[in-house]
Amino acid sequence: MATSGKQSSQWTGRSIPRKEDLRLLQGQGQFMADIATRPGTKEAAILRSPHAHARILAIDVSEAVAVKGVVSVVTGQDVLAAGARPLVVAAPVPADYYPIAVEKVRYVGEPVAVVVARTRAIAEDAAAKIKVSYDPLPAVLGIEEALDPGSAVLHDALGHNVAVHRHLRYGDPDGAFKEAAHVVTGRYWYPKVSSTPIETYGVIATWEQGDTVTIWANFQGPFSMHPVMARALGIGQHQLRVIVPPDIGGAFGIKISIYPYMVLMALVAKIAGVPVRWLEDRLEALAASSSGTDRLTDLTAAVSNVGKVIAWRMRLVDNVGAYIRAPEPGSLFRATGNLVSGYQTQNLDVEAIAVMTNKCPTGPNRGYGVSALYFAMERHMDKIAALVGKDPAEIRRINLIPHSMMPYRTPSGGYYDSGDYLATLERALERADYDQLRQQQQEARRQGRLFGIGIAVGVDPSVSNMGYIDIVEPPEDRKPHRSKSGSGQGSHVQVDASGGVTITLSTCAQGQGHETVAAQLAADILGVDPKDIRVIGGMDSSTRNWTIATGAYSSRFAATGAVATFSAVQQIREKLLDIASHVFEADRDDVQWVSGRAEVKGVPARALTLKQLAGIAHWDVASLPPGMEPGLAVQTYFTPPTLGESVDPEDRVNSSGTYGFMADVVAVEVDSKTFAVKIHRYATVHDIGKVLNPAIVEGQIYGAALHGIGAALLEEMVYDDQGQLLTGTFMDYVVPSAPDAPDLIIDHMDYAEGSSLTTPLGAKGVGESSTETAPAALANAVSDALGIDINQLPMTPNRLFHWFLQRESLISQEV
Amino acid sequence: MEPISVVTVDMIINGRPQQYEVEARQSLADFLRDQVGILGTHIGCEHGVCGACTVLMDGVPVRSCLSLAVSASGHEIVTIEGVKDLPLGQRLQQEFLEHHALQCGFCTPGILTTMAHFVAHYPKATEEEIRDALSGNLCRCTGYHNIIAAVSAVISSRHDDAKR
Ligand code: FES
Ligand code: FES
Repeated sequence: MATSGKQSSQWTGRSIPRKEDLRLLQGQGQFMADIATRPGTKEAAILRSPHAHARILAIDVSEAVAVKGVVSVVTGQDVLAAGARPLVVAAPVPADYYPIAVEKVRYVGEPVAVVVARTRAIAEDAAAKIKVSYDPLPAVLGIEEALDPGSAVLHDALGHNVAVHRHLRYGDPDGAFKEAAHVVTGRYWYPKVSSTPIETYGVIATWEQGDTVTIWANFQGPFSMHPVMARALGIGQHQLRVIVPPDIGGAFGIKISIYPYMVLMALVAKIAGVPVRWLEDRLEALAASSSGTDRLTDLTAAVSNVGKVIAWRMRLVDNVGAYIRAPEPGSLFRATGNLVSGYQTQNLDVEAIAVMTNKCPTGPNRGYGVSALYFAMERHMDKIAALVGKDPAEIRRINLIPHSMMPYRTPSGGYYDSGDYLATLERALERADYDQLRQQQQEARRQGRLFGIGIAVGVDPSVSNMGYIDIVEPPEDRKPHRSKSGSGQGSHVQVDASGGVTITLSTCAQGQGHETVAAQLAADILGVDPKDIRVIGGMDSSTRNWTIATGAYSSRFAATGAVATFSAVQQIREKLLDIASHVFEADRDDVQWVSGRAEVKGVPARALTLKQLAGIAHWDVASLPPGMEPGLAVQTYFTPPTLGESVDPEDRVNSSGTYGFMADVVAVEVDSKTFAVKIHRYATVHDIGKVLNPAIVEGQIYGAALHGIGAALLEEMVYDDQGQLLTGTFMDYVVPSAPDAPDLIIDHMDYAEGSSLTTPLGAKGVGESSTETAPAALANAVSDALGIDINQLPMTPNRLFHWFLQRESLISQEV
Repeated sequence: MEPISVVTVDMIINGRPQQYEVEARQSLADFLRDQVGILGTHIGCEHGVCGACTVLMDGVPVRSCLSLAVSASGHEIVTIEGVKDLPLGQRLQQEFLEHHALQCGFCTPGILTTMAHFVAHYPKATEEEIRDALSGNLCRCTGYHNIIAAVSAVISSRHDDAKR
C-alpha cells in the first residue's frame, strides 16, 4: 500500500491558521440559508401537531389555500397520494415512519401540513388558517410507562411500544456472578439532550425533467440515508442528487436526522410543482429535529474481593421517541465493541431495549450511545471503590486494561489496537494534581464547604462500522448476503496544467477544519504551502466519489477522509515522479521528490518543478511514459482494515475503526446556599494517536467537554405529563454560555510512530471524547462533594438541594 | 386578511446610505439578508437568546432578529461585513484566526460585532468581564475558551499600544 505514516512533516502536526476562517471571519461563509435559489423558488412553512398523541379526523385547508401568495398546501394524505413510501427503519417492527403525520400524530411538533407560498411570512400566516380536528389519545412518555403492556400504544400494527429487544451474552457472566465476592447494583437515568447546533436545518428541493430531484441540505451524512431517501421518494439513487453546502453551522449528529425533511420537501416540491425552500426555525428545531435518547440503565457488577469487576450485567433501555427513525437503535448498539470501556472484564450480559413514546424521535447526538453508558459505568466504579474501601483512582488502576495486553479484543468484538490507559490515567491525576486536590478537599471540609473530586475514564470509539446495526436482529433472522461492514470515505485530488492543486472532499465538515487538515497533509507530500492548495468542502452526490458511509459523524475524518486524501496526494506524487523519470531517462529509483520538485538523486540541477510536470501531463501527452493516461487527477477511498467484518453469529462486532482513550479529573465546589456547581479544576488527558493539528484537536476537546458539562449541569428536554415540551425555546432549554465554561488542563499521550494498527496516519477520532466522560466525572465529583449517590442528570441546583435534604434527613434519622 | 403595510426606510449600512421599501413587520435580520442581500448576519433562534444575529446600531449591539427594519430607519448599521472597517475590527479578526476562536463559524458574526463594541469600550476588561460580555452569544462548537483568549489578546495588545 502506498500510504505510510512516515513523511517529512513541515505542516502536519502543526497548528496553522485555518483556511476556512478567512471567509467565515468576514461573514462570507456559504451556509444553507445563503445558497442562492433558482428563480421561482417558494418558501415552505410547516404546520405542526399541538398534541402528543391524537388521531387526525380531518384537515380543512380551504382558507389557507385561498390566501394570496399561497401556491400549495400539502398534507399527509397528499404525500401518500403522490406515491411516498415509508422511510426504511433499522428495527424489524411494523411502525411505519413517514416524514409527515398520516392518520395519527405521535409527538408535539410532528409535521401535519406544509404550506408553500411566495414568502415564509405568507406561508406561516396561511398555516395558521388550516383547521385540523384531532381526537386526542393518552400520551406515553416515560420509559417504564412505555414498557407497561397496559399503556396506550403508539403504533397499532405493533400492538406495544417496544421497538427492539435483544439479549447479548459474552463469556460466562453467570459463572462469574457465582464466583463474585460482591455484587453491586445501580440504576441510572441519562437525560434526553440535544446538541442544538446554532444553525438550524435548511432544505431546498427542486425537480428536473420530472423524475430527478436535487436537494440542497445541511446534511452531515452518513450517505447510507441516500438510498433510504431515494426509496421513500420512489426513485433510483442516481435520480437523487444531494448537495451539501461548504459550510455547516455545527451538526454534532443532529444534522443526520434532517433526512426526513429532505424527503418531505422533495415531495412537497413535486406536488406543488415549484422549487421549495424550508428553513427551520429554533422552535421547530427544539420540538421536532432530534436529540439523544433518555436512557435507563440497570447495572450489576460481579466484583472480586480486591475490587476487580469480573462480569457486568447491563440492562439498557433507550427512549427513541415516537418513531424508531434510522439510524436508531444505533444509540443502543453503537458502543457494542466498547461495552466494557477500558476495563478488563470478559464476561458480559446485556439486555438492550428501545421503546417508543410520544416524544420527538431521537438520533445521533455528540457522544452517541456512549455518554449514557459511561455515566452509569463510571458512577458504578465509584460505588465499587467505596464498597471495597479503595480510592476511585485505585479502583480504576485495578480494572484498566494494561498496555501489555494491547492489541486487545473485547468480549463483544471491539479491537483496541493501541493505547496506554493506565499511563493516561496517571497523567490526568498528575495534571490535576490529584493529591493536592485531596488535601484541599480536607481543608475545605474542615471549613464546612462542599468540595468534591471526580474521575472518569473511557474508551472513545470513532469511525462507526456500517455493520454494527445488523446486531438489531438475532443471528438467525439476519439475511444472508445482506450484511454491512466498513466505513469507506472517498477523496479526490487534481493538479491543473499550471500546477495548482485542488482537493475535493466529500466529508460535509461542520467546523472541524477538514479543509485545513487536508491542505496540511497535501502540502507535506508535495512540498508546497497549504495556502496554495485549494480545498473544496461540502458534498455533491452526483459529481463526487462517495460511499454510503460518507459524511462527518462518529468523529471519523482523521482516520478516514484524511487518509483517503493523503493517499490520493501520494499517488499524484508517484505519477509526477514517473513522468520525471521518463523525461530524464533516469531510473525511477533515482528520481526523488525534494522541496516541491522531482530531481535526479545527486544531480539537483536536473529537476522539474510541480508546475513543469503538471504542464507535461496536461499539454504534452507525447512526453509521457508509454501507456500513461494524460491529466493529473486521482480519486481514492479508504476504510480502516479492521472494519472488514460485520456482526458475527455470536453477536460480536468491531463497532468502531479506532478507539482512543481519555481520563478526566475534575474538582468542584457546590455552593452550600444556592447549590450551584462551580468547576474548580478540570484536567483531561487523551490518547488519540497522532495529532494532525493540535489547535483543532484542542478545540474539539473543549467543545466536546462543554457538551458533556451541559448534559451534567444544565440540559434536558423536559415534557409535561401531557407530552407538551416545556423546553421549547433557548430560554428554557439552557445550553452553556461563556460564564459556564471552565478552562481545561488538556494533555496528550505521546504518539509512537506506527503504534496504531488501524489507520496509516496514526490519528484516531477525538470529536466526541470528553462528551462521553464529562457527565460521569462531574457526577462523581458532585456525589463526592455532597456525600450522596447521584444517579440522574442534569444536576440542577434544585435537584441537588432536594437530594442533599434527603441525605440530611436520612442521617438525622440514623442518629 | 389585513393588507400588510409597506414603509420606506433610510439607513446607512456598513457606511453606505441605503433606501428600501419594507413590510412594517419585517425584522432587521430578514431585511438585511433578504432585501439588502448581505448574508453574514446569521439567524440562530429568532427569540433573542443566541446572539448570532447581533449587529451594531449606531455603534451599539442589537439583536437584529428582535428589531424591526423600520426601527433601524435613520440609524447607522454595521454588520459582520463592516467589522473590518471598525477601529479594532481587523485586529479582532486576526486574533480570532490565530487563536482558533471559531469552528463552524455560525456564531462568529454575532460574536465579532458584540466584541468589536466591547473591546472599544472596555479597554481594561478582565477575563471575567469578557466572559460576561460574551454571555449573550451562544457557541456550541468552541467551548468559548479560545474566543476569550482572542478577545483578551486584543485587549492586552491595546495596553501595549498605550504604553508605546
Ligand atoms: S437569532 Fe437573534 S438572538 Fe438568536
Ligand atoms: S463556532 Fe460553531 S457555534 Fe460557534
